[in-house]
Amino acid sequence: MNNGYLDKVIAQKKQWREAKQQKTRDRDAKFVTVSSEPIKDLYTPDDSQDVDFFEDIGFPGEFPYTRGIHHNMYRGRLWTMRQFAGFGMAKDTNERFKYLLEHGQDGLSVAFDLPTLMGVDSDDPKSEGEVGTCGVAIDSLADMEVLFEGIPLDKISTSMTINSPAAILLAFYICVAEKQGVPQEKLRGTLQNDILKEYTAQKEFIFPPEPSMRIIVDSVEYCTKHVPMWNTISISGYHIREAGSTAVQELAFTLADGFAYVEACIERGLDIDEFAPRFSHFFNSHIDFFEEIAKFRAARRIYAKRMRYKYGAKNEKSWKLRFHTQTAGCSLTGQQPENNIIRTAFEAMAGVLGGTQSLHTNSLDETWALPSEYAAKIALRTQQIIAYETGVVNTIDPFAGSYFMESLTNKMEQEAEEYFERIDALGGVIPAIEKGFFQRDIAKAARKYQDEIEAKDRLIVGVNSHKEKDEKLDIPILRIDEKVTKEQIDSLNKMKTGRNQVSVDESLNQLREAARDGSNLMPRFIECAKAYATIGEMIDVLKVEFGVYKEPIIF
Amino acid sequence: MEKKIRVLVGKAGLDGHDRGAKVIASALRDAGFEVIYSGLHQTPEMIVEAALQEDVDVIGLSILSGAHMTLFPKIKKLMEEKGMNDVLLTGGGIIPPDDAKALEEQGTGKLFGPGSESGEIIAYIKDWVAKNRS
Repeated sequence: MNNGYLDKVIAQKKQWREAKQQKTRDRDAKFVTVSSEPIKDLYTPDDSQDVDFFEDIGFPGEFPYTRGIHHNMYRGRLWTMRQFAGFGMAKDTNERFKYLLEHGQDGLSVAFDLPTLMGVDSDDPKSEGEVGTCGVAIDSLADMEVLFEGIPLDKISTSMTINSPAAILLAFYICVAEKQGVPQEKLRGTLQNDILKEYTAQKEFIFPPEPSMRIIVDSVEYCTKHVPMWNTISISGYHIREAGSTAVQELAFTLADGFAYVEACIERGLDIDEFAPRFSHFFNSHIDFFEEIAKFRAARRIYAKRMRYKYGAKNEKSWKLRFHTQTAGCSLTGQQPENNIIRTAFEAMAGVLGGTQSLHTNSLDETWALPSEYAAKIALRTQQIIAYETGVVNTIDPFAGSYFMESLTNKMEQEAEEYFERIDALGGVIPAIEKGFFQRDIAKAARKYQDEIEAKDRLIVGVNSHKEKDEKLDIPILRIDEKVTKEQIDSLNKMKTGRNQVSVDESLNQLREAARDGSNLMPRFIECAKAYATIGEMIDVLKVEFGVYKEPIIF
Repeated sequence: MEKKIRVLVGKAGLDGHDRGAKVIASALRDAGFEVIYSGLHQTPEMIVEAALQEDVDVIGLSILSGAHMTLFPKIKKLMEEKGMNDVLLTGGGIIPPDDAKALEEQGTGKLFGPGSESGEIIAYIKDWVAKNRS
């Protein structure tokens, strides 16, 4: 772009702004994003003058993938509509899975209960009150067999949201498939398996960071050889954002975690072009429409450049940032819950315009309980309306070239790079976790957001504006039957009496040996699974070997 | 000098959602309270023991895991066993209004759901302490 042209734009913008100030007055409001980033009243070519079309924007399916990872994006295939579900016992969730598949959902996504996520069995005193409440209760392979009963694992892809005990659940999945006659080479799905964000955001950690990283690299190494279509890690910003971070923090911390996994796998001696194509990402889509779209575009560009130039990946598949999106649970309100349908629709559309590969839309009732069937269906329908009615899928990356969008995308990239420098200066992601760096920044952002709401600098409809007098909650609420705990414990005890205790003990001993001698733990988890050892039994063995993590207290 | 109100902000059970607990803990601290944050993954026994050791006026529990109908009554019972009848048990999280009502009828203090402001919580605690702690 020649300078004469830009000079003219800048000169005319100055005149326009003077005229604007003479003739009009902006409302008394703060024009900032949901992350408190100030936004200008108008963007013109000079705001995006640093953007080079060929280097920074380019074409879909081509480096640096700012416009999307596929040449045809949604003109080829729509995103996968993947609703996260799980509650009660395995048989309850199995029914919900079948219901969702009957209503046009493409893939499964399992929510586990907290005992499962934390590696304790349902009969452990720590599990009291939590069995089956925020996900499905899984204690052993026996439960997993019920969970996928009648669901052909060679035809469906499954995402499993689990981290500390992720490798164990993958072992269960491999065993269920084997029983169905499906070889592990054919399995498609995703394991979240992202421990780093547990220390900074979701807080479902068990072991200290170093041994946790070892288990993850073990699972990546195993899948690269034996389960080649499996997405081994879903590097997640979702929880970082839910914990209160800004959009830039979500972007930077998530990508930094991903690069830490890349480095750990390289250190193990794995070939980047063999493991990196199976890494995927998982982002939040919050309520600030343009900021979110810019975040997704910036994420693809940063990732592609680093994977290619810093880590030397040569396979194009290693450069492409594939991601799942979930709308922001933290943007939903308990007040006038029906309004959450609208919030979720805007957030989902930002995810689609940002080029997501799969999407979960939250249900209107999630600030009160797990979704009812009624609410879950509306959430799925929201995606179908975006896909089939709105027309946003017709053209690829429609915001490209917008002065505003390109300048915002650039700014997010720059700010993320600044964070990478700060993390490097602290010695990398794990030392930064141990120093509380991420936790402190996230807590600060969360507090700021709450203060803005309380000061009414930020308005949330139904919460601090447009409130309804004497509002009564009038939506169906899903209740988990209190009998679940007892039934689950009974079923666990019954399973234990029927198994061969000698093989259980033998497989657990071998797991302990492997933990000590540094050999890959995955084959050991599979053997334990086949002997019907429970998650708690396996994790307890590893707790003795690896220790447990205590986090620094920061608030 | 007026005695500072002492509050234990607690996370009981396996729930790791600590955004709300930390926001409230820091807001109470800024409002002049003495705040102790339990950290994550505490058992009811650990919470009550810490409250006793720290001689707090108030226990504020944050529960987003759905385990509130188990954890609040259990902690209340342990408090009664330890003679902590002049200590307020309050809290918040993902708690449907019917459950909050049922817990309040069983002797738990007011529970604060999504969208609550720290100002209401601060005022409620100050008022309760003024009326119930001498």
